[in-house]
Amino acid sequence: MGRIVLEQVTKSFGETQVIPPLDLTIEDGEFAVFVGPSGCGKSTLLRLIAGLEDTTSGKVIIDGEDVTQVSPSKRGLAMVFQTYALYPHMTVRKNIAFPMRMAGIPEDEQNKKIAAAAESLNLTDYLDRKPGQLSGGQRQRVAIGRAIVRDPSAFLFDEPLSNLDAALRVGMRLEISEMHERMKTTMIYVTHDQVEAMTMANKIVVLQAGNIEQVGSPLDLYREPRNLFVAGFIGSPKMNFIEGDEAAKHGAHTIGIRPEHIEVSSDAGTWSGVVGVSEHLGSDTFFHVHDTGLAETITVRAGGEVSFKHGDRIHLTPRQDVIHKFGPDGLRL
Amino acid sequence: MAIVAQTSRAGRISRATFAWIVALIFFFPIFWMVLTSFKTDADAVKPEFLFFFTPTLENYLNMTENYDYWRFATNSVITSVFATLFTLAVGIPCAYAMAFNPSRATKDVLMWMLSTKMLPAAAVLYPMTFLTKNFLGIYDTHFLLIIVLSLINLPIVVWMLFTYFKEIPKEIIEAGKMDGVNTWGEVKEILIPLAWGGIASTALLCFIFCWNEAYWTVRLTTTEAATLSKLIEGNRAPEGLFFGRLSAVSAAAVGPIVVLGWFCQKQLVQGLTFGAVK
Ligand SMILES: Nc1ncnc2c1ncn2[C@@H]1O[C@H](COP(=O)(O)OP(=O)(O)OP(=O)(O)O)[C@@H](O)[C@H]1O
Ligand SMILES: [Mg+2]
Repeated sequence: MGRIVLEQVTKSFGETQVIPPLDLTIEDGEFAVFVGPSGCGKSTLLRLIAGLEDTTSGKVIIDGEDVTQVSPSKRGLAMVFQTYALYPHMTVRKNIAFPMRMAGIPEDEQNKKIAAAAESLNLTDYLDRKPGQLSGGQRQRVAIGRAIVRDPSAFLFDEPLSNLDAALRVGMRLEISEMHERMKTTMIYVTHDQVEAMTMANKIVVLQAGNIEQVGSPLDLYREPRNLFVAGFIGSPKMNFIEGDEAAKHGAHTIGIRPEHIEVSSDAGTWSGVVGVSEHLGSDTFFHVHDTGLAETITVRAGGEVSFKHGDRIHLTPRQDVIHKFGPDGLRL
Repeated sequence: MAIVAQTSRAGRISRATFAWIVALIFFFPIFWMVLTSFKTDADAVKPEFLFFFTPTLENYLNMTENYDYWRFATNSVITSVFATLFTLAVGIPCAYAMAFNPSRATKDVLMWMLSTKMLPAAAVLYPMTFLTKNFLGIYDTHFLLIIVLSLINLPIVVWMLFTYFKEIPKEIIEAGKMDGVNTWGEVKEILIPLAWGGIASTALLCFIFCWNEAYWTVRLTTTEAATLSKLIEGNRAPEGLFFGRLSAVSAAAVGPIVVLGWFCQKQLVQGLTFGAVK
């Protein structure tokens, strides 16, 4: 079990309020991702749930029990830190055994669990090494192993992959998703990488300056962003925003159209512009188009084989059914 | 290249020479003291006998037979060991709290603790002797010396430990909390093993300070709890008549600490230059 509820939680450091009153429910077994720009309060929120920070006001409820005043060691949660935070003086085996030893689990049961965790995380050959003798990816796996063995009611991850290189990051992302499928334990995962958020989450919580901008499934956020911030944050490359006359035609203050929802053509289209930088990814090509009279740059996605040169004039046609309309207050119409 | 090598070689030699000169200047009084301790009191005051004399063990024998050297030495060991243990027992939790749960006042408290070292000891001599003798009745006891030595050394010990603990990443302690460790467990399982080098050198330094302390140990004891500092003090004669005897006592008092320091040299240097934790 691991249903986590925040009720009117706030957090201030001295005079500055980092988290304004906030309500949030994470259901048992969910994979929730907190995403938002740097400094928006993701880590703070996670640490409030963990108990590593005290709430300034409000309640943290785990499985119906108010744990606001309960120490982190008694909340039954496990955390994986960005910096791994392994115990440098202990071997990998002792690191993984540590929470079980603290919980007074008998030694033969400890050994069974260590063996199972090491097996599933590919750590069997490294059990007798110290953390200093491991690579970043291996260290992060040890940290995950240390979290798994204690059967927590929820896992908390604070940007666990951001110290790893890109290839390893994709691999670990899959491993963590796999782990969630297998264990069905609640996981809360903090990241500022919206690709991680989109690929891993059942539920994404978009934060800005401590406020929840929107909560929903990845596709909900993609299809129906509640406001300009979420629209711009979710999706890669970023949604194009157009204001002025063109927006007024749709009865909106601002319209948004994603790069993948614009048709490119060399001879005819609704809008036209001049190709600037093109990014060839192989499968896709992104063109940054200038001089459209709509916005400074319009980004469009075309197939990998489409090829325009810098300076070519091209024509763009947005798909009408997926144009997002926003009012002057930035909210979706 | 050649020029650079030459100058650096010349530099090395002159630096080495300089270091030797300084070392010898520092070492000479001790050397002279040890030499004197093997002379009779009569020989000791004659300059012509500086290097050439008939060595004698008389001073040392005299010391153990007539002055009960071992009792003073035992007192020194007892007070220094227990004062060091007590200081650490108070200092470790204190430095731990300040390093990992700092409040707005932490920096000020640290400064204030250090500032107590600026109070001249002589200023509180009268109240200290009066109160301990007439009110508390703990004058000339091990207990008093242990408390006084601990209090004198606490600021520097807390300060040193704080510096070592600061080097431990906060996340490691937090990981411990998440892994179900209580506060005592954090100290025992994580803090002490990680800061072991720093704690050991702090303990060593504290022990040396306790052993060498003379102002209070001389003034707050008479016989029962008197330490080696008191023994030296007791053999000091203003006319300088008993130089041989005094030297023997002094050599026997500093001997143990020199040996200890010698063995722990590496630890001490490492600890005192800080940054030994990671
Ligand atoms: N101990 C603290 N004292 C004062 N301010 C703090 C403290 N911890 C965090 N803050 C402030 O709270 C805000 C949110 O910080 P937080 O670490 O939660 O951001 P984040 O979303 O995790 O950012 P990042 O993606 O960079 O990790 C920041 O403005 C930060 O400066
Ligand atoms: Mg963060």
